[in-house]
Amino acid sequence: MSAPALSDRPRLRSPGRMKYDKARQSELLLLPERVVELNEAAGVILRLCDGQRTIAQMIGELEATYVQTGLGDDIVEFISSAAERGWLELCP
Amino acid sequence: MSIDLPYALTAEVTHRCPLHCPYCSNPLELQQRENELTTDEWLSVLEQAADLGVAQVHFTGGEPLLRQDLELLVRRAREAELYINLITSGVGLTEQRIRQLADAGIDSVQLSVQAASANLADSISGFRSHELKRQAAQLIRASGLPLNMNVVLHRANLHQIEEIIELCVQWGAQRLELANAQYYGWALHNVQQLLPRREQLEQAEADYARARERFRNQIELLWILPDYYEPFPKPCMGGWGKLSLTVAPDGRVLPCTASSEIRSLSFENVKQRELAWIWNHSPSFNAFRGSDWMSEPCRSCDRRELDYGGCRCQAFLLTGDARSADPVCKWSPHRDTITNRIRSIENLDDREPTYAYRGR
Repeated sequence: MSAPALSDRPRLRSPGRMKYDKARQSELLLLPERVVELNEAAGVILRLCDGQRTIAQMIGELEATYVQTGLGDDIVEFISSAAERGWLELCP
Repeated sequence: MSIDLPYALTAEVTHRCPLHCPYCSNPLELQQRENELTTDEWLSVLEQAADLGVAQVHFTGGEPLLRQDLELLVRRAREAELYINLITSGVGLTEQRIRQLADAGIDSVQLSVQAASANLADSISGFRSHELKRQAAQLIRASGLPLNMNVVLHRANLHQIEEIIELCVQWGAQRLELANAQYYGWALHNVQQLLPRREQLEQAEADYARARERFRNQIELLWILPDYYEPFPKPCMGGWGKLSLTVAPDGRVLPCTASSEIRSLSFENVKQRELAWIWNHSPSFNAFRGSDWMSEPCRSCDRRELDYGGCRCQAFLLTGDARSADPVCKWSPHRDTITNRIRSIENLDDREPTYAYRGR
């Protein structure tokens, strides 16, 4: 799979869904045959993958929220691996 | 010992089923309709499960479509933000029913198939079901729901493995679970008719490898190992009372769908106890958590955290002691129960099998 472009608009691949689980106090990615317990960063990024925002916009939002710069590479890398695992699809 | 939270609930809403598959995972002793939990009892189970940390519910049976209140249960599960998978034979599905279920909030459907050709499939299910399944697959796809499929593999259909994969691609499945038969309940009852010979299995594995290449990018394939031919057992449910729980049609709460056959345990019922209490405190769920219950060769084994001593149900059914090592393990003192069984079918010819059909 080619690397995601900053202009791509990632979204959860159907039929995956996110759920915030009160019992575990963590974000879960729900897939037909499995449940993935996400760490905080992964949960925050996947929540932004709505098929509307571009990756560039997501990086901007997250850097603003966390008052940090230089998050781009990590975010792109996570999105790339999530796409490879079939959690996300990248819409141009 | 810390207790994990369950991720998945298998809701066996009924044992009634139009099919009579000889490897059915239901117990030999099938629950009658009058023993089934009521709608309100199931609604309570779903809410309690979500509160307990369950994120995913598999509605299964028997045939879950036979419950006329299924839409109500699905709706409540969706309100509790559960991910909802319907596991069905497809028999009885109509355009209206699938639309209602989709509206109620089903996320995905898993449809079973018995073989690639209608004649063979119908002889396995004991019912003229194959054509109905083809129509059900069409209805599911037309409703926009993702279609997953599964097939149980055994002596009579292993030679069709490549055609089965091709058929599931044609029917529009995203994913196919190729499950070599596991021998509990009805399958153990029929093991002499179902267990493949080693060379049949080797041929099927070669066919599978070829088909995987041929249909790459068209369908996700999952191969469930034939454990009798493995040197080590499969991990028991990813750990007894660790990831998931099952509620049987009559309300008994089980660590796995086969475990009601472990006669040395008694299982609590949601009619008498809260689900959270059963998960956390019941003797049955605590029976095989951790490793203190193990005896040798498991107790000192490096693999005990990998496979938890294998399947407790298989240990009980083949050795009479649910705490012993799964006899599939090459280090089990009972391994000969497996090797003898394999030897006993080696010289069988391929005549028509005579199954003890489920529920007949």
